[in-house]
Amino acid sequence: MGQLFLVPRWGGGRVTNHQTSQPSNYSTIKLLEVKNLKKYFPIRKGFFRKTVGNVRAVDDVSFFINEGETLGLVGESGCGKTTASRCILRAHAPTAGELLFRTKEGSLVDLAKLTRAQLRPLRSQMQMIFQDPYGSLNPRMTLFDIVGEPMYVNGVKDRKERVERVAELLRLVGLRPEYMQRYPHAFSGGQRQRIGIARALSVNPRLVVADEPVSALDVSVQAQILNLMLDLQKRLNLTYLFVAHNLSVVRHICDRVAVMYVGKLVEMANTLELYAAPKHPYTAALMSAVPVADPRIKTGNVELKGEVPSPANPPSGCYFHPRCEFAVEVCRKDAPVFREITPNHFVACHRADELRLPGIA
Amino acid sequence: MNNETPLLSVRDLKTYFMMDEGVVKAVDGVTFDVYAGQIFGIVGESGCGKSVTMKAVLRIVEPPGKIVSGQILLKRKTANGEEQVIDLAQLNANSKAMRDIRGAEIALIPQEPMAAFSPVHTVGDQIVEAILLHQNVSRREARTIALQMFKDVGIPMPEQRLDEYSWQLSGGLRQRAIIAMALSCNPRLLIADEPTTAVDVTTQAQVLRLLRRLQEQRHAAIIFITHDLGVIAQMASYVMVMYLGLVMEQGPVDEIFHAPKHPYTQALLRSIPTITMTPRVNLPTISGSIPHPFNKPRGCPFHPRCEKFIAGKCDTRIPALQPIGEKQWVSCFLYHDGEVAA
Ligand SMILES: Nc1ncnc2c1ncn2[C@@H]1O[C@H](COP(=O)(O)OP(=O)(O)OP(=O)(O)O)[C@@H](O)[C@H]1O
Ligand SMILES: Nc1ncnc2c1ncn2[C@@H]1O[C@H](COP(=O)(O)OP(=O)(O)OP(=O)(O)O)[C@@H](O)[C@H]1O
Ligand code: SF4
Ligand SMILES: [Mg+2]
Ligand SMILES: [Mg+2]
Repeated sequence: MGQLFLVPRWGGGRVTNHQTSQPSNYSTIKLLEVKNLKKYFPIRKGFFRKTVGNVRAVDDVSFFINEGETLGLVGESGCGKTTASRCILRAHAPTAGELLFRTKEGSLVDLAKLTRAQLRPLRSQMQMIFQDPYGSLNPRMTLFDIVGEPMYVNGVKDRKERVERVAELLRLVGLRPEYMQRYPHAFSGGQRQRIGIARALSVNPRLVVADEPVSALDVSVQAQILNLMLDLQKRLNLTYLFVAHNLSVVRHICDRVAVMYVGKLVEMANTLELYAAPKHPYTAALMSAVPVADPRIKTGNVELKGEVPSPANPPSGCYFHPRCEFAVEVCRKDAPVFREITPNHFVACHRADELRLPGIA
Repeated sequence: MNNETPLLSVRDLKTYFMMDEGVVKAVDGVTFDVYAGQIFGIVGESGCGKSVTMKAVLRIVEPPGKIVSGQILLKRKTANGEEQVIDLAQLNANSKAMRDIRGAEIALIPQEPMAAFSPVHTVGDQIVEAILLHQNVSRREARTIALQMFKDVGIPMPEQRLDEYSWQLSGGLRQRAIIAMALSCNPRLLIADEPTTAVDVTTQAQVLRLLRRLQEQRHAAIIFITHDLGVIAQMASYVMVMYLGLVMEQGPVDEIFHAPKHPYTQALLRSIPTITMTPRVNLPTISGSIPHPFNKPRGCPFHPRCEKFIAGKCDTRIPALQPIGEKQWVSCFLYHDGEVAA
């Protein structure tokens, strides 16, 4: 089976100019549209494990990812980024909502409604890259097994063919094919992350969910992996959902960014617009907290007081109101709607129209 | 560099781990001075020796590690108020003198936040014990001091939190409690080893602000360790860059960020995405990877990855850390010929 490996499977839409590329060089065909996604984890107590409440880890979240683009998902620890990602890959069964995915063949399916058997043929189109390059690889498997396993599961049973493709994948991520028989412990953190990427790409995915892919890496290694992800995206027309907490990295990689707070999306916009002119007070607070690597630019001026509330017991109205310096009466009573305030700029804040919030850069 | 005597002066410190497989030269000749009231930043990638340097200063290097040579000079006041300089490297790690210094004069915020507190005692009890160990006060007074510390670091409902266990606290509150414990004996030098790597950006901003405020109010010195160049730029007044157990460069924060001299510092700064650069372009990377500690290269430790290395020189001799200009110190043959005697 000849592989069209390095040729984008889908021709249209994206014209990439690598050095000067700026937003919106992706297509506007939605690869994935998430509608009103909810994931509740029951809180059980007592001998009969009775459900006494719910952790609303993801609470009515809607967003879309266009084919060939990178959507960033940011927010503080526990806000539901990983849970949302795992729902999309159906590693979790969503409590409610739709996950509309455009298949390779061009039809629209709701991943949320598919059975395991119906999902199986779609699995190869969606893959995950994990945060921990140490924990996510089986130490008893060789690189050949690690990278070749998903394609075996997906029907490439001929060993010789797998060897060829694993070699090609290793080269693609900048590792030597000769390493194929080695075990993960013989590799550095950055190399292990490359192995994880090769494994994810082994089945020709279209959507790649990367959950904190560079957070555990040193800065010099981080740059190598970010370059690799950008390069692969261009060559293979990949679509990324990029979950991260480092806002400088997110700005560098993502075309658009969605900001989560306690299980809900509070803002989503083109990256540069979001950074320069955030519309939600929480986004603005996040931006101001970014430590800029320049001693002449002093940051951290807006201090966000208090703690993130528990998703098991969120506040009334706008979940951000107890920490928000702009909160008014309505904020305590009514939950703001996530609405499109200017084209492609979505925000959930009662006061978004009147507030002028500082951004960075 | 400065007319006053430094609070801490480390000279050519070497700390090795004698392993069965060979010797790990974790710290291999490190020299720096920290002055009162200064925030001294140490940056460098994983494994370069940041934590071991600080463990050596506190004399808590675990076996098979030991200080092989060098001086750790601490300026202190004796009981009768005289100024004295003692070499911590010469003290017995378990001596009374060292125990008096550890925790009271030099306090540590350890890299692993879970290591700071025992899970079987409340955080309040542990802070009270630490205070009783170093200060001549009653248990009741110690509790009052602990409570005040919790208030100072901005822990809400401090009274109640003192009676909780560390695992009951959120990441941000636990980090504040650790800082409260470290500051409870009013140290003159606080060593913060990656105090914000485990917390969110907004909590990080709170912790950094808190440390800065405490340093201003108490005029204590802080040694701040991180691999985050953004945090260093915002926090430190003076910066030391380490690589493979050696100091590559040190100088005032503005010089390090705006006029870096060492090729490693330059490469490191280029490789991070910043919020002012053009997005989605290739980041300049450092070729190769950090060598395994058993396979340290000969000569300048950075030479196999250095774009400017001088064949026949950088790969055979080790450059010494020497001053260039008025403020910066660099160990690189591009700037001087000084070398480390073999
Ligand atoms: N399997 C589970 N059972 C119960 N609660 C869960 C489960 N998984 C996640 N949660 C809870 O759901 C919320 C969201 O968690 P999630 O891991 O999605 O956050 P996150 O944004 O990825 O955080 P981080 O930045 O720390 O990775 C948290 O309150 C978490 O404790
Ligand atoms: N207990 C130990 N036994 C053996 N080797 C050790 C020990 N502790 C540290 N080392 C080695 O010493 C070197 C320096 O380690 P150190 O912990 O100081 O690095 P670091 O700069 O603090 O890194 P990080 O950013 O990951 O915390 C490393 O090569 C490490 O493997
Ligand atoms: S809705 Fe109100 S409380 Fe919520 S972010 Fe906007 S102003 Fe603040
Ligand atoms: Mg997560
Ligand atoms: Mg360390």
